[in-house]
Amino acid sequence: MKELRLMKGNEAFAEAVIRSGADGYFGYPITPQSEVMEYLMAEKPQERTGMVVLQAESEVAAINMVYGGAACGKRVLTSSSSPGISLKQEGISYIAGAELPCLILNVVRGGPGLGTIQPSQSDYFQSTKGGGHGDYKLLVLAPSSVQEMADFAKLGFDLAFKYRNPVLILSDGAIGQMMEKVELDEQRPRFTEDEIIKNTPWATTGKTKNRERNIITSLDLDSSKQELHNRVLQAKYREMEKHETRYEAISCDDAEYLIVAYGTSARLSQKAVDMLRAEGHKVGLLRPITLYPFPTEIIAKLADQVKGILTVEMSAGQMIEDVRLAVGCRVKVEHFGRMGGIIPSPTEVVEALKNQIIGG
Amino acid sequence: MAEITKEEIRQPENLVYKKTDLLTDKALSYCPGCGHGTTHRIVMEVLEEMDIQDKTIGIAPVGCSVLAYEFMNIDMQQAAHGRAPALATAVKRLFPEKFVFTYQGDGDLAAIGTAETIHACNRGENIVIIFINNGIYGMTGGQMAPTTLPGMKSSTSPYGRDIKTMGNPLKMTELVAQLPGTIYVTRQAVHTPGHVRKTKKAIRKAFENQKLNKGLSFVEVVSNCNSGWKMTPRQSNEWMVENMFPFYPLGDIKVND
Ligand SMILES: Cc1ncc(C[n+]2csc(CCOP(=O)(O)OP(=O)(O)O)c2C)c(N)n1
Ligand code: SF4
Ligand SMILES: [Mg+2]
Repeated sequence: MKELRLMKGNEAFAEAVIRSGADGYFGYPITPQSEVMEYLMAEKPQERTGMVVLQAESEVAAINMVYGGAACGKRVLTSSSSPGISLKQEGISYIAGAELPCLILNVVRGGPGLGTIQPSQSDYFQSTKGGGHGDYKLLVLAPSSVQEMADFAKLGFDLAFKYRNPVLILSDGAIGQMMEKVELDEQRPRFTEDEIIKNTPWATTGKTKNRERNIITSLDLDSSKQELHNRVLQAKYREMEKHETRYEAISCDDAEYLIVAYGTSARLSQKAVDMLRAEGHKVGLLRPITLYPFPTEIIAKLADQVKGILTVEMSAGQMIEDVRLAVGCRVKVEHFGRMGGIIPSPTEVVEALKNQIIGG
Repeated sequence: MAEITKEEIRQPENLVYKKTDLLTDKALSYCPGCGHGTTHRIVMEVLEEMDIQDKTIGIAPVGCSVLAYEFMNIDMQQAAHGRAPALATAVKRLFPEKFVFTYQGDGDLAAIGTAETIHACNRGENIVIIFINNGIYGMTGGQMAPTTLPGMKSSTSPYGRDIKTMGNPLKMTELVAQLPGTIYVTRQAVHTPGHVRKTKKAIRKAFENQKLNKGLSFVEVVSNCNSGWKMTPRQSNEWMVENMFPFYPLGDIKVND
């Protein structure tokens, strides 16, 4: 039986994590995502499902705990906000290199530096273009509602294990903090050790007589082997691009103008689309749900249909680079956004579209 | 005197020593004379004697022993530099019935990984930490470590460690002995058969503690780095006895039975 509740985004995520059968959470407090660990601790998941919840000494320790747990085939995760996610980057690179499944939540706040605790989308580059060292990709999901904060917990784990790859949920302070109605899945039982051994035969569960030892490492000093390993990773990323690209197209069928926006920006852009349509402008909204893999194909297709594209981001304009790559020089692509923790109003978006795209 | 053939010598009744099956047949990557190889053997012998190979997960560091997983015939994870205690924490929490240990150098454990070491010890994680203190960064070519002795030369303290500008050597073992989470803290060495026996006893005790869920056991092995110290293996052992042992005295520091 599904259950309906009124919850904050961060809390809905935490509850969904427990219900998805997670084995371990490791985190360090930082605004605006501290509710995740607070909620988990209050729920006593050790008693509810046997899930381990541990407050680590730093984000560095937390992500490396995730590495250790993931290497055991366990369903483990961490959450943080921008400065903490920066600290985790070395660990994320190791996890990607060792091909371990795990879930990472970034409830983004404005930067650079300590920045602000207000919502922002200025970690797009860090999330989709690497973040840490080496050629690797995270599968990046961008929720735009409390419901998606909950849904992406389970989806994120499933994708992480399907591809043996870290999955990043790129949220922001607005989605994390706001309250909405959310439908929660039933409790899924945690996997037993026998199931883990069966599902993830590569995991370090203890070397028994009937198999070779399992080694989890990202190291290979032999360059030809390291190149081969990189080729395997790249082939996996191409598979992810082929099968996991997700987006939502709203009012795009007859659109003459297009807004591309994700997360909180997509919500307020949808309002702007309604306002513009009421004035007779045929505007559509393309909301990427996966930021990597990016919905390049649909944007390229829509570029043949529309007269101009506006990207709306709470940053100086980061995703716009991927939109421009998809569009080429076929139509004008402009950015509108606010920075430093300011959420633009739908009216500002309406004006921007009129000035920069329709009239521009 | 009649010639004895190799075949005659290789009779079961003549067997006095055999490499444990828990070491792979891969040739060790360590410099001849280095204490890492001996310590690997001791750890693996202990696991074999306790018959816990199938329940043990080891964490390799970044340092000369980064490739420990090539030699130890058990399931292993290779950690980022200094982070082994964080990995071990999660492994033990998620698999409480397994045996979990880290194997770390002094740069790994006492410099970049100081926070992870102290907090794993302070939480009293039920794991074993094996700490190879050779007073230098062996793997990267002999740079100064947090444990480098005052006046000791390294490639980044070419005129000797000047404690006024380069700080003092850090006695991590004494430090973690202060923490309530550690149950057994000891400092050993592996340069003579007698010390090898003592170290083996210490490591056995550490794993027995884990079996009894007693808390964190911390075994330092003061070791040589003949390459980094620019000495022959023999000179390095003599130098270690003369210089390292007075600063890092051997013996148990904390035993909570
Ligand atoms: C983040 C990071 N910084 C630096 C290094 C380079 N590095 C590799 S091993 C090492 C020092 C290892 O010294 P120690 O832990 O004492 O081990 P030993 O080789 O002496 O056994 C350093 C600095 C690294 N791999 N990762
Ligand atoms: S460099 Fe030093 S620590 Fe490394 S293997 Fe050689 S002697 Fe041992
Ligand atoms: Mg060293």
